Amino acid sequence: MNTFDTNIQLVYILAAACFVVGLHLMNSPATARRGNQVSTAGMIIAVVITLVLLIHDGTVTAVGWTVLIIGALLGSVVGLYSARTVQMTAMPQLVSMFNAVGGGAAALVAVYGYIHDESAPGGVLGSTSVFTVLDVIIGSVTFTGSLIAAGKLQGIITSSPVMIRGGRAINLAIAAIALGSAAFMLTTASLPALLLVVLASLAFGVLMVLPIGGADMPVVISLLNAFTGTAVAMAGFVIQNWGLIIAGALVGASGGILTKLMADAMNRSLGNIIMGGFGTGDTAIAVAVSGDAQIRSIAADDAAIQLAYASKVIIVPGYGLAAAQAQHGVAELAALLEDRGVEVSYAIHPVAGRMPGHMNVLLAEANVPYPQLKEMDEINPEFPRADVALVIGANDVTNPAARRPGTAISGMPILDVDQAKSIIVVKRSMGHGYAGIDNELYTNPKTSMYFADAKRAVAEMTAAVKTLVG
Amino acid sequence: MSTALVTDLTIFVLALLVGIEVIGKVPATLHTPLMSAANSIHGVVLVGALLIGLTAHTTVGYILAFVAAFFAAANVVGGYVVTGRMLKMFRRKAQPAPAQAAPAQAALNGQGQDKVQEARR
Repeated sequence: MNTFDTNIQLVYILAAACFVVGLHLMNSPATARRGNQVSTAGMIIAVVITLVLLIHDGTVTAVGWTVLIIGALLGSVVGLYSARTVQMTAMPQLVSMFNAVGGGAAALVAVYGYIHDESAPGGVLGSTSVFTVLDVIIGSVTFTGSLIAAGKLQGIITSSPVMIRGGRAINLAIAAIALGSAAFMLTTASLPALLLVVLASLAFGVLMVLPIGGADMPVVISLLNAFTGTAVAMAGFVIQNWGLIIAGALVGASGGILTKLMADAMNRSLGNIIMGGFGTGDTAIAVAVSGDAQIRSIAADDAAIQLAYASKVIIVPGYGLAAAQAQHGVAELAALLEDRGVEVSYAIHPVAGRMPGHMNVLLAEANVPYPQLKEMDEINPEFPRADVALVIGANDVTNPAARRPGTAISGMPILDVDQAKSIIVVKRSMGHGYAGIDNELYTNPKTSMYFADAKRAVAEMTAAVKTLVG
Repeated sequence: MSTALVTDLTIFVLALLVGIEVIGKVPATLHTPLMSAANSIHGVVLVGALLIGLTAHTTVGYILAFVAAFFAAANVVGGYVVTGRMLKMFRRKAQPAPAQAAPAQAALNGQGQDKVQEARR
């Protein structure tokens, strides 16, 4: 390594240090924006030094420059446009798309490396290593897997699990083809083997995500995020670039941690999720709610009285709230109550949304101050002190049945909504949640059901509170 | 195993541990921006895409360079912009929203709403 190359690597390390500091500053909402700026600065440093390297080297052809510049410019425009226009409810799809293109780009770097070596005189495979192969496999799986995940989230592909007859056998066969050809690639320079690895991995990505249900999307996105990071790190090994290795490892760690948190929040193992579970009918054990269980329903005026004269209200939002676009209405109702001196906070379950932390972003967008957004462990001890728990669009994560063994959701960490002095549940009907079981919270004597669309219910309650306290 | 490979592996393992340490402290409130930030960081693969240009002299090479540069640039630019946009929304105190923001949002929200099933979690 000559001095120039060494200096270049040092600059990549500087960029990587910016990424670490940027992520570190994400540990508080107050510093997070600065974190993003530091991280952006690191990225600019990495890209600029790469351009310096390309110019210094002088072997990039005119066509090469044209191709790179036009490709990067078009990509930037597409990225910028989607980032500016995306709705916050559609964030998971966008993140999935970025996973797809990131993984795809990483795979292409390795594919190019292989082809380039293969076409070199004598077909030398000096730099083809296990990393090249891993990069191609993980990157390709991530590419199609993330596209399918985005399609499911957007509703282009059905969000219910798609089971293919003999799917597991097909998956195993495809994995065997990919790994077999990969092993062959390592020993012999062979373009057909590379092609086979790419195609088998692409197919595997599709078949891996198709059988996974909509409720498991937070886990899937996190997992694919970890895959992308790993693919980028492998690309770093292939081109011997420390910047890529460090950045990829950071993202791999982040994705891995989030995957574990999400899986724990649903009390399900990763294997169980990948193999398909909820909504497939084979795990749901019906819990009979005794026939004489009474359901109390409530109207806007009564709900308003309870809310307006409470001293502490905890709002429990689920994805149903976002699906009904009621987050702005809820924020307005909460602000109204706060003006009356009611203490309002939000209890956010880790899987309330379609990706980790999704609900927080949706509420932040609706102008809810972040100190009111409470994590499950933080808010659970506060439920006994709450006069009213207002559940909007959340179901399984509030079901006390999770505390008993023998139900489909047994052992899943839940919000202790049933500990509140009074509970109001806004729901369109008595329909089941993803787990397909009755929610025992609804038959609790302290619970009143408010049957309406979340947006309408919130508007009615807000109007009623206004008339009441005029 | 070459020295270079050992160095690379050392860096990889240490970076993984640093990542676990740093990211484990991020509160759940910020998990979506965190994932989005991580997303932008893996856009550093743009460096790899650009480096293809060093040796690309064939049509196949040019095509791969183009697609890789396109993908990676979309990843980087989109990732950072959307992360910034999200983080701007996190406020300590509620602020009066700009007057025209609400109707614009309502119009946007109207699109594709029927696609969204009633979520039950």
